[in-house]
Amino acid sequence: MSDVAMDAPYRPAALDRAEQGLLGKPIDRYEGPLKVSGAAPYAFEQAPEGTAYLAIVTAAIGRGRVTGIDAAAAEAMPGVLKVIHGDPRMPAGEGNSRAMPTMGGDEIFHYGQGIALVVAETQEVAREAARRVTVHYDEQPGRFDAAEVEVQQDHKLGFLPPVNRGDLDAALAQAEVVLDRTFTTPIHFPAALEPHATLAWWEGEQLTVRSSNQVIGGAKGTIATALGIDKDRVRVLAPYVGGGFGGKTGVGQEAVFAAIAAERVGRPVKVALTRRQTAYMVHHRSPTTQRLRIGCDRDGRIGAMGHESVAYQNDDSAFLEPVPFGTLPLYAGEARRFRTDLARIDLPATGAVRAPGEAIGTFAVECAMDELAEQLGLDPIELRRRNEPTRDPTSGKRFTTRRLLDCYDEGARRFGWDKRESTPGSRREGEWLIGMGMAAALRGNFTVNAEAEVILGADGRATVKTDMTDIGTGTYTILAQTVGEMLGLPISAIDVVIGDTDLPPSAGSGGSFGAGSACAAAALACEDILTELALRMNAAADDLRLKDGAVTAGGRTSPLADLVRDRPITARGKTSPGKESQATSQASHGAQFAEVAVSAITGEVRVRRMLGVFDIGRVLNEKTARNQIVGGMVWGLAYALTEDAVVDPRNGRFVNPDFGEYHVAVSADVPRIEAHFIEEIDDSANPAGAKGVGELGIAGSGAAVVNAIHNATGVRIYDMPVTLDKLLSSLPPV
Amino acid sequence: MKTFDYSRADSPEAAVAAGGRFIAGGTNLLDLMKLEVETPERLVDISRLDLNTVEEKDGGLLIGALVPNSDLAADPRVIANYPVLSRALLAGASGQLRNKATTGGNLLQRTRCYFFYDTHARCNKRVPGSGCDALGGFNRIHAILGGSDQCIATHPGDMPVAMRALDAAVVTLKPDGDRRRIPLADFYRLPGDTPHIETVLEPGELVTHVALPAPPTGARQIYRKVRDRASYAFALVSVAGVVAMTQGTITHAALAFGGLAPQPWRDAAVEAALIGQAPTQAAFDAAADALLSGARGHGHNDFKIPLARRVLVTVLRDLTGEPA
Amino acid sequence: MRFTINGSKREADPDIRASLLDVLREEFALTGTKKGCDHGQCGACTVLVNGRRINACLTLAVMHQDDDILTIEGLGSSDTLHPMQQAFVRHDGYQCGYCTPGQICSAVGMLDEVAKGWPSHVTDDLSAPVLNDAEISERMSGNLCRCSAYPTIVDAIREVHEA
Repeated sequence: MSDVAMDAPYRPAALDRAEQGLLGKPIDRYEGPLKVSGAAPYAFEQAPEGTAYLAIVTAAIGRGRVTGIDAAAAEAMPGVLKVIHGDPRMPAGEGNSRAMPTMGGDEIFHYGQGIALVVAETQEVAREAARRVTVHYDEQPGRFDAAEVEVQQDHKLGFLPPVNRGDLDAALAQAEVVLDRTFTTPIHFPAALEPHATLAWWEGEQLTVRSSNQVIGGAKGTIATALGIDKDRVRVLAPYVGGGFGGKTGVGQEAVFAAIAAERVGRPVKVALTRRQTAYMVHHRSPTTQRLRIGCDRDGRIGAMGHESVAYQNDDSAFLEPVPFGTLPLYAGEARRFRTDLARIDLPATGAVRAPGEAIGTFAVECAMDELAEQLGLDPIELRRRNEPTRDPTSGKRFTTRRLLDCYDEGARRFGWDKRESTPGSRREGEWLIGMGMAAALRGNFTVNAEAEVILGADGRATVKTDMTDIGTGTYTILAQTVGEMLGLPISAIDVVIGDTDLPPSAGSGGSFGAGSACAAAALACEDILTELALRMNAAADDLRLKDGAVTAGGRTSPLADLVRDRPITARGKTSPGKESQATSQASHGAQFAEVAVSAITGEVRVRRMLGVFDIGRVLNEKTARNQIVGGMVWGLAYALTEDAVVDPRNGRFVNPDFGEYHVAVSADVPRIEAHFIEEIDDSANPAGAKGVGELGIAGSGAAVVNAIHNATGVRIYDMPVTLDKLLSSLPPV
Repeated sequence: MKTFDYSRADSPEAAVAAGGRFIAGGTNLLDLMKLEVETPERLVDISRLDLNTVEEKDGGLLIGALVPNSDLAADPRVIANYPVLSRALLAGASGQLRNKATTGGNLLQRTRCYFFYDTHARCNKRVPGSGCDALGGFNRIHAILGGSDQCIATHPGDMPVAMRALDAAVVTLKPDGDRRRIPLADFYRLPGDTPHIETVLEPGELVTHVALPAPPTGARQIYRKVRDRASYAFALVSVAGVVAMTQGTITHAALAFGGLAPQPWRDAAVEAALIGQAPTQAAFDAAADALLSGARGHGHNDFKIPLARRVLVTVLRDLTGEPA
Repeated sequence: MRFTINGSKREADPDIRASLLDVLREEFALTGTKKGCDHGQCGACTVLVNGRRINACLTLAVMHQDDDILTIEGLGSSDTLHPMQQAFVRHDGYQCGYCTPGQICSAVGMLDEVAKGWPSHVTDDLSAPVLNDAEISERMSGNLCRCSAYPTIVDAIREVHEA
């Protein structure tokens, strides 16, 4: 096994020599024909004969206990196989490898929690029977209003400990210019379009679960723990996942419920959450209050920065939104305070939703920077330039690749930033007020463990295997490109097998670490194959030239198939974090630009164009990377303008738990969007040299829109999203 | 979904005789049945009745109740003579939904009030006497006009707003064979103490047609819809305006409003403030004053009051100003 | 119950409550048509019934006796892709792929509506619509893509329209 811990920068030499010309190229998705023809099977689909349907009975109260369940009416319905409740293995919420929810109790932590299961021959019967189950409760008062809950400062939640450097208050008191603003962001649903779904079946002692899940290696352990069985008895499959966005990183109740139900009825069972159940049985992004304080001199040099927030979580979960994660390495300044306080609340769990921290933290820091620039009479880019640090200003660690200044410059040039009116509200086209805004984008890069196996077969085809998922991220394609590049094979000669926990363990899809780590592991496996090929060629590995399925060394050329014959080559690669990972500060970067039109009559905002320039290390596939970045930018647009899940503080229920009233962006909201890359391979990130892409696009894009709204109207809104009602009173009279 | 008996009617007479809940496009009814907001015991499928044509009649149009929204919006006669209706239809829902949703069904579309949809919430419209979670709760999309202390839900439609401005009438068939012609002005009921009763239709009465009178000559028509995203969202405020001028004076004004009230809203006082007036800011302000003098916000929806004023004044300006 | 599905006569005896979507997916194993919301709010279930695009989730199967239903599987298979499917691959008009069959069926139905001269909300002259990018976006707004591949979806549809 080729095992590379990132103790020092590392790049497979063969990647620099490669001649196939695949890596980075904008090639079409490997699985594209299956997806566009509807043949790609997602969790709920292509179930075995005899699969029964599961429907979940959910709590009708926000806090309390179940005192009794009357299932007689449901059990009496023709087609109902079983009603299950009180099984001690039933979890109260979502679990993951770090934290398991309360199991088997009768406690209700939040409205909509799953409490009983109905298994039936058809979907229609299961659903109706679930509604006929009568649940008796001891209802208790709940904490449903985050604003009314006492805030805890000394908590141990989350992965981001508080940062206190220097004396922030003293530094602010001495600063020539101080900006002190409080921002609020609402609840965001991850809202993957594929409902969270699981198909489960038992073969003797062995459980197989096909689930809509981002991190199946973790899910395997979590499901085993929940069921109290050995991990080896669980296999998780996720060949296709219809979007995740963080919501499918853990194991939802429904996955464990399906396994229990399948065991109890002795048949395969499948379940898909209804859209409204998704709001309650899947975690959401915490709403936040963020106080952002910046102290600087009259030239805009920052000496003090505080990003202090409150986020919430329920009693049964351990995650806490890392609000200032993206602020930590962004700007210079000696005195620093970054912390996120906790409000405990009786609502569904909060958790990681696409770019936890940066997605919403950048609203505060990047809108505050825009306002500070205005106060100082500086261009917003110039203010940022003056505060570009040379080392991580929080940890003191050296940066690896950081092309943020280049992103500003190239973005400004491409966007036409010089055409921006510096006086807000001074450009009008008929009814529409026009403005431009920009923001920095930063998303921390993680180095993680990942393994892959590559087999070079007798037919000269290569197969790459890892338990990674492709949640729309392009995993299939970039793995094929990596292997093709390393082994000199066209895409058509490569098979990619992922989404199965029987395969070598990867990190899964989350935290934008999947692409770099999985491709790194695949490339490392290929290095071993090259070593073996060199032996068979009687040549040095460095002398091999591989292209289109043939190897050349020492003046001899041989088809790969001839070299393999009856001795297929199987190799494993592994990458993991090391000393270099510890010693450095790593992130993907970018500059976001937006132009908006605001109706001077109604306050409706239309984004007219967006443009971003991004530094993501090695670009593995220009087409899929750009698409993903653009998707993130659209998320920022929607976070700026529409997405807002509202809790009824009287009972802990969501007011708008569906797509009818929780407004994600539709096509008509989305303008032409350009995304460009400044490619600098980051050899410290992982052996593939690729930094995270999936979450970067959302960082700062919403702030750029909000800053553009200010440029258009002169109005600053601190309460996201900027719906028209918030602008109305500041618009010119009609 | 609760199960039900299903039958398909082969004539309007058979449909009203069948004694059940009519289903045509189903885009609203099935949505609600899945949530058990609606639990009909008997569905009568009227989708294949011969009520899907648009005919010219009495100088106007007689629109079959089963004409899909898409077809009505694209009908050349509607585009030519009732563009406000085309515009309203096209502002509603999505292409797919407009292909299925029918003229009659759209008139009867039920509210999108959050609490009407949530069967655990209190809702006097869904369960009479249970209370109203919108009053005292989150009510951003709710009514500022025409509500009661029982219900402040809005009618969500766009098409009916335009039809209201066009003085449409609803043609029905009753189980006893009687036909009625109900002006749209009289078709809807305000919630009062009975928010679950939304129209004057009697049990089993079938909407067969909508009749549009001849369009006012020389009138300009505008439909303007304000919503939370650029498409595929319900109106926060919408205005259907039909205004004619002669020699600098407003001679015909019909203004109807969506998103503001439990029904497509039209107020004679608004039009009285305009007719006979020159198209001045003062006249527009007076019209807006007339519309909103009785408006009442409930907190989250307070913004609809200034928004409605701004949209109305702008629409009036566009209807009476120099053509663009 | 008899239907014509993708050109073949098919029979089923579904629960009276079953949506067309559930019958396609669960009875006929035509799982290319997706369920995203089950309430007409996302468009993932878009199919063509008698040539018109509709949400299969908001219609009862029992109401479609003898109807002609075209699903993504009928449009083209993975080795014989329809031009719209090819364009989605070429332009990367998707990411996770879950909304994709609905987007493609919707796009095919939409272009047919344009050919019939149907206007949209953003059409200036209702009697003479011209299909620009804003028109494509408006007309496709009934199909959510949470991955938000909207710009490349528009690219794909524009290309097919112009071809």
